[in-house]
Amino acid sequence: MNKVVKIDIDGLECIANSDQYIIEAARENGIYIPTLCNYPGVKPKGGCRICTVRVNGKQMTACTTPVSDGMRIENNTEELINLRKSIVELLLVEGNHFCPSCEKSGNCELQALAYRFGIMAPRFPYLFPVRKVDASHPKIIKDQNRCILCKRCIRAITDEKGRSVFAYRRRSSRVEVVVDSKLGKQLTDELAQKAMDVCPVGSILVKEKGFITPIGERKYDKNPIGSDIENITITKR
Amino acid sequence: MKNTITKTIAKYHKDKTRLMDILIDTQEELGYIPKEAISQIAEDLHMSEVDVEQTISFYHFFSFQPTGKYSIYLNNSVVAVMMGRKEVASTFEQELGIKFGQVTADGLAGLFETSCIGMNDQEPAAIINNMVFTRLTPFRVKEIVRDIKEGKPVVDMFRASFGDGKNASELIRSVVSNNIRKIGPVLDPFYKPGEAIKKIIKMKPEEVIEEIKRSSIRGRGGAGFPTGLKWEFCRKIEADKKYIFCNADEGEPGTFKDRVILTELPRLIMEGMVVAGYAVGATEGILYIRFEYKYLERYLENILQKAREKNYLGKDIGGKKGFNFDIRIQFGAGAYVCGEESALIESAEGKRGEPRDRPPFPVRRGYFDMPTVVNNVETLCSAVKVILNGGEWYKSFGTTESTGTKLLSISGDCRFPGVYEVDWGFSINDMLEMVGAVNSEVQAVQVGGPSGALIGPNEFNRILGYEDLATGGSLIIFGKHRDLLTDVVLNFTEFFIEESCGSCSTCRIVPTILMKKLKKILNARGVAQDIEDMTEWGKILRASRCGLGQTAANPILSSIKNFRHLYEEKVQKNKTFDSGFDLNAAVLESCEATNRIPNI
Repeated sequence: MNKVVKIDIDGLECIANSDQYIIEAARENGIYIPTLCNYPGVKPKGGCRICTVRVNGKQMTACTTPVSDGMRIENNTEELINLRKSIVELLLVEGNHFCPSCEKSGNCELQALAYRFGIMAPRFPYLFPVRKVDASHPKIIKDQNRCILCKRCIRAITDEKGRSVFAYRRRSSRVEVVVDSKLGKQLTDELAQKAMDVCPVGSILVKEKGFITPIGERKYDKNPIGSDIENITITKR
Repeated sequence: MKNTITKTIAKYHKDKTRLMDILIDTQEELGYIPKEAISQIAEDLHMSEVDVEQTISFYHFFSFQPTGKYSIYLNNSVVAVMMGRKEVASTFEQELGIKFGQVTADGLAGLFETSCIGMNDQEPAAIINNMVFTRLTPFRVKEIVRDIKEGKPVVDMFRASFGDGKNASELIRSVVSNNIRKIGPVLDPFYKPGEAIKKIIKMKPEEVIEEIKRSSIRGRGGAGFPTGLKWEFCRKIEADKKYIFCNADEGEPGTFKDRVILTELPRLIMEGMVVAGYAVGATEGILYIRFEYKYLERYLENILQKAREKNYLGKDIGGKKGFNFDIRIQFGAGAYVCGEESALIESAEGKRGEPRDRPPFPVRRGYFDMPTVVNNVETLCSAVKVILNGGEWYKSFGTTESTGTKLLSISGDCRFPGVYEVDWGFSINDMLEMVGAVNSEVQAVQVGGPSGALIGPNEFNRILGYEDLATGGSLIIFGKHRDLLTDVVLNFTEFFIEESCGSCSTCRIVPTILMKKLKKILNARGVAQDIEDMTEWGKILRASRCGLGQTAANPILSSIKNFRHLYEEKVQKNKTFDSGFDLNAAVLESCEATNRIPNI
């Protein structure tokens, strides 16, 4: 049953609905909790761990934890900011991310988070993995160098029969997101575009569409990621 | 082939939640899961091929390529290495003429590595076509390879006598030994099946739960959640259907006690599941067993069948109207992380064994999103004894915080490795004395497997219990002659890297980075800062979703904490920075290709 609850985020009293996850409730209250794997309207799967907050002292992911009345949430603490920053750095060293040559630059959430956290150089050594670019599908390119394995495409893109177009393959550090060879061929323009839009980085690209919006006019070229949430007028509180 | 697969799919009613079973049967029949089989399975189960493949590629014992008429999986755990695995491995390679990860050109034999197979008290050990071969020596390997080349069936390849107890029984016929070295209430050989069922049907389910709560028993898998509370939560949730899972997926390196219970006291496990089912109002039980114990399948299925004949399972159990409960066995296919309860459920639903986000916990939304109790084998066995003898009696064993007894799987450098049932509160010193390890020759003890702690002699007075050293029961002893960092810490770290499900960024990446640092130090290229980095970076893992991820840095963190001198001895004293980059090694390949000598 849906009811109105009060939660506390970094000392700020917020109003939320009991059927909301922390990240959604925070958003409606003008508080941005960074994330890479969460996507509005898609079932959450706490994979990137960037939205980690402390709920009543315990580390939890804000995208998968429902709010409950009286919850005390720590969000912008030094510890958590450092954790999030280190996860963004981990993702940067795990793949091969060359922003200047990437079609998604300026629209990329990983790049935008790196800017937001002021990352100049990652603290971790680069892993320089050898990864492939799969251009075998008629409509899309899957560039594994840039994939951050967030599963957004896996969760969001299914065909008309509900079958998955994208899926994980293998496990451990060898895991990758691959495209179904048959369904990949049948992908509609609409689904191909949705897959590209849902991808937080430049791993899924619609062929011949990479530079439709010129660099300089892209989403995060003008305003940092999260600023749209932080600048909304709060009507609820 | 098409017919075989059609039959297999029909056997599981074209049910995509039984994908694991379909794949296990296919792998067993064909030796691998070919592309055509994947297409057919996907078609019949209304899934995409890539979806079927994501389950296949998750599990170690499924393969897209043929694995040989004889598929040899040699364990690579720490204790196997300590007991002479290196020579055994190289003999396999020599005799077969292939390297690990390869199959002989004629398709006869495939050679593969595998994580701990639950035989730590009889290593080195290997699984060949689902049968376990223990105590391997180079000599024994030569015999095995000769038999393989002659095309002998695996069951005819044994040379040693069958193991003790039921291992020798008609339906098992295995060389595996139980090595039960100390018995207690759980391992009591005079256990009479069915007594607890007779008792509970005269009780209300709430009374059963009360008795369990009175015993203060906590989960034996390692996390230690109070069992009575778990059952009560599940009881109180209204649902059309509820499930009991018995977690027999013991994958923590060094643990093998569940294997012994499955062999000697399977009826006790099943009775425990029935008791739990009665208490929470569940009608179906699933006994999830790790693939490594597949050699017990026929034996266990037979026991289930006998229990049904005796009306210990099925409809109106024990004559009690409306008390219905049955059990099915679900095998895994090689994945440590499936021992985590929500990953176990995912796997039983035919999916990749990735842990779920919690809340909701399985007691609320588990198998098929229905309330589900997941209990460890030992917990369920203990619960039967609590019902038979009372919670107060149970509390007379152990300590106030940790009531009852604990089964320990002890291995490593000691005279009598095996399974010991002791009261909680047992100290490490007593344990060493018990197993015939000479205290003065012991360098360290790994308590609770790789996810636990590596402790040194100054802590041997600590006790086993939730209040001090909580453990699922794996204890590995390392003598003074062992190289802890190379033989133990590196091996454990590689284990965690291999076994990560890969879905959390933290657990997928950090252990690899830590391993590189560790190797840098072992290669004499480390500096003091590297130790600080590892300590600091290891903390990131606490943000992971499950216990595997959260503890994946424990081998490194706990060895830095308790054996810091081993690291300090190896780092360079005169340097504060070293990139660890070796130019000679980096250009070696290209130099060889162009026939030049590195000019550095």
